Amino acid sequence: MTRSLITLDDASRDDIERYLALTDRFAEVMQRDIKKVPTLRGRVVINAFFEASTRTATSFELAGKRLSADVINVKGSGSSVEKGETLKDTILTLNAYQPDVIVIRHKASGACAAAARFTDAAVVNAGDGTHAHPTQSLLDLYTLRRRGVGLDGLNVAYVGDVMHSRVARSGAVAFRTMGANVRFIAPPTLLPPGLAEGLGGEVSHDIRDIADADVVYVLRMQHERMGAGGFVPSLREYSREYGVGHERLRPGQLVMHPGPMNRGVEISDALADDPEVLVSAQVESGMLVRMAVLYDLIAGPVERARTVPVEEVAA
Amino acid sequence: MSDNRLLQKPGNPANVVIRGARVLDPLAGIDEVRDLVVRDGVVGGDPAGCEEIDGAGMTLIPGLVDPHVHLRTPGREDLEDIASGSAAAAAGGFVAIVAMPNTTPPLDDPEGLAKLQDLARTQAHVGVGFFCAITRGQKGTELTEAAELAQMGAVGLSDDGVPVWDSLTMRRALQYQRLAGLPLALHEEDPRLVQGGAMHEGPVAARLGITGIPSESESVMVGRDVALARLEGGRIHVCHVSTVESVDEVRRGKQQGVAVTAEVSPHHLLLVDEDVSGMDAATRKMNPPLRGTDDRDALLEALIDGTLDCIATDHAPHGASEKQLPFPEAPFGVTGLETAFPVLYTDLVRTGRLPLELLVRRMSGDAARVMDLPQPTLADGAPANLALVDLGATWDVTEDGFQSKSRNSAFLGRTLHGVVRLTVSRGRVAWRRPGEAPGVAE
Amino acid sequence: MTTRPVLMDGDQVRRTIARIAHEILERHAEPSAFALVGVHRRGVPLAERLAANMREYSGSAPVIGHLDIALYRDDVGTGVPVLGETHLPFDVSQRPVILVDDVLYTGRTTRAAIDALFDFGRPPQVQLAVLIDRGHRELPFRPDYVGKNLPTAYGERVYVRLAEIDGVDEVVLSERLPKEGA
Repeated sequence: MTRSLITLDDASRDDIERYLALTDRFAEVMQRDIKKVPTLRGRVVINAFFEASTRTATSFELAGKRLSADVINVKGSGSSVEKGETLKDTILTLNAYQPDVIVIRHKASGACAAAARFTDAAVVNAGDGTHAHPTQSLLDLYTLRRRGVGLDGLNVAYVGDVMHSRVARSGAVAFRTMGANVRFIAPPTLLPPGLAEGLGGEVSHDIRDIADADVVYVLRMQHERMGAGGFVPSLREYSREYGVGHERLRPGQLVMHPGPMNRGVEISDALADDPEVLVSAQVESGMLVRMAVLYDLIAGPVERARTVPVEEVAA
Repeated sequence: MSDNRLLQKPGNPANVVIRGARVLDPLAGIDEVRDLVVRDGVVGGDPAGCEEIDGAGMTLIPGLVDPHVHLRTPGREDLEDIASGSAAAAAGGFVAIVAMPNTTPPLDDPEGLAKLQDLARTQAHVGVGFFCAITRGQKGTELTEAAELAQMGAVGLSDDGVPVWDSLTMRRALQYQRLAGLPLALHEEDPRLVQGGAMHEGPVAARLGITGIPSESESVMVGRDVALARLEGGRIHVCHVSTVESVDEVRRGKQQGVAVTAEVSPHHLLLVDEDVSGMDAATRKMNPPLRGTDDRDALLEALIDGTLDCIATDHAPHGASEKQLPFPEAPFGVTGLETAFPVLYTDLVRTGRLPLELLVRRMSGDAARVMDLPQPTLADGAPANLALVDLGATWDVTEDGFQSKSRNSAFLGRTLHGVVRLTVSRGRVAWRRPGEAPGVAE
Repeated sequence: MTTRPVLMDGDQVRRTIARIAHEILERHAEPSAFALVGVHRRGVPLAERLAANMREYSGSAPVIGHLDIALYRDDVGTGVPVLGETHLPFDVSQRPVILVDDVLYTGRTTRAAIDALFDFGRPPQVQLAVLIDRGHRELPFRPDYVGKNLPTAYGERVYVRLAEIDGVDEVVLSERLPKEGA
């Protein structure tokens, strides 16, 4: 059975710790003069991005290349996908190249689970609709861990467009697995009914409820998923009621954002430029986490390694 | 069943004697172990010279009726046609099915109905009837020529697949019903409240990041149409009720004397939104969607107390590749004819939650009644419409075991009790379980 | 588990390390001019002990590094994703490097270690010190400093256990495999 990373719903605390520990090792590699290791030489990683992405696509590509894998990028536009080919046929075609990993981003929730049925390769979910984005959540955890922030008992507040956010869904699951408390703060129109019961955590419509959060996680307003309006009366009112800026924060609160930012909408211009905001640290963590994920999926689970004799490990 | 509404291909009248089965016909008040003779296609008579069938240990019930199936003809005969769909019905113990008009193009005129009736006269293994659209092209604005369609033998009118979203059109359809007389089978859904949803709105949808379909998108339309039926003195049949709120609307309408009937599907009686967690559209995506456990339990209660009159499968064949799309992009619908009785018997009767007699009534006589069709009976002198079921035997639901052309069953992988050994429809043998060959009777 | 003959006891292990330290000093008079790089895991404490010995004999010790070679293995995908730390606190291009490992067997670890090392720079000289050489080489490597040559059969396994990791100093032979940490 090929291992894949499609959600973190079933990941244990140990599983997540393993990813974080691996990421730490790759952080060390990235401090070397030669930032490339031969580990995945001869392996094939296909990045199949059926939906636009800059930072996730770039970081997966760089992660694969830093590990010496052959990385192929397939974009939604300009490919057979645009000519109406189904996801199944595209994946079957890519599978014929015998990739070790297919990284998939798709506009539909559940697309990665559907795709995994048609390939022997490990599938990495790089974002499927409004469902999940597990590597984003791992990089968020790693960013905090690297700053020395303890995850157990941490109070995390997601602010904004929770309804359309795979970042919030995966993140809430991951944070809660690591012992953190999660609160969602959003206008009622941008909170899916049943969220608190479905994901765990608290729900609030009052921005002042970020007061006791250690981490304020600002979500992007996803205009492109909104269709013909209706979720908020205006971006101006949204910004007035839920926009996060310095005046709404207290000293010591950490601010995260998955990017790209809508300055002046969910985050103030000044806060977006504040070096204390973890956005660029998140981007940096992104590539490291994706190196760890690619390595972990191809190299195999750590449990198996424990049964390998010491001498063989050393030999 | 000899009017012009249910059509079946010709065949030799059956001459069989079924020995020693439990003969169970709740309508006729029969429940005893005895022999039953079918002579020249009619129940009763002299067994001399009849084919002997050993029914010991088996149960003989009136043939089942399904007032809601999709036969995909015309337009998608690759998914189902009248021959394959009616063969699936026969294999499931059904003797009459009524096909919905959301075909390509929709069945909305006398010429189209005549063509389908001709096909049914030459291909159908069991009685097949047709709904015609309430509105031309199922667009929800202009009424179809219901009076002529009724005279030709349309069973009822329905825009199933889409709602009659426009209230004025719905009112006019109810007014015109006084002339045409046909039951209106209503797919209840407020399209604005559904807005792209793919599963029941609630915690599971919130977790999976799938847009939810709120229960109220169904119940507000049920409420509207009960009110309009009261206003116009009309008669409505609510298709595939899925929520506790809709049950309440139907119950209130009945209490107030409104002529409202309602159906429920096997999958809504047995499955819930939590079952969607694997995001497998082939087996778990249907409209209305699988709801919560409260809804499921309320549906069973309402089926027992008669608020919901009958069971309908909403048999909806789809191709493998379209069902392999990501969950939100795949079409709605599951097949159901071949699993309906066995799965309900297995999960509701065997678990003691529904008496067998009531299951038979809700799938046979009551299902015929809501569409004014003759109710199958095992009484002497009735045309033979019956199914011989081995309730002790089990079978595995697998992709290669269907008479239907499609495999999108919600119950794939299940082992079910209840094997239909023999189906006699309108006096003709329509199905023999392979092993008691031949399969679909010629 | 089958019986495990002890090939070297604690005293023998410690004496052997001391001898290797002397041999290295014979060829590198000034310890501060070269580096000892332990190959993860048991090469690391071995390097530290060699350095301690050298400090005792000569008054100065070489700089010590750690090298994890997991990312350079030629058999990725066979289930060994445990990554150790690589730490080379000196300019690799500026001084000779002596790689330190516990057992030399096929030579594949040494190949990986040299590859890893060269990603950090181009050392003027690389030498290899091992506690045990058990033969069965698959690559053309020969150690510069050997604690003990141990001819072994193919199915046998040699375990070097060191106090820092295993709580005891010894070298044992086994036909079957103890679990790590057992």
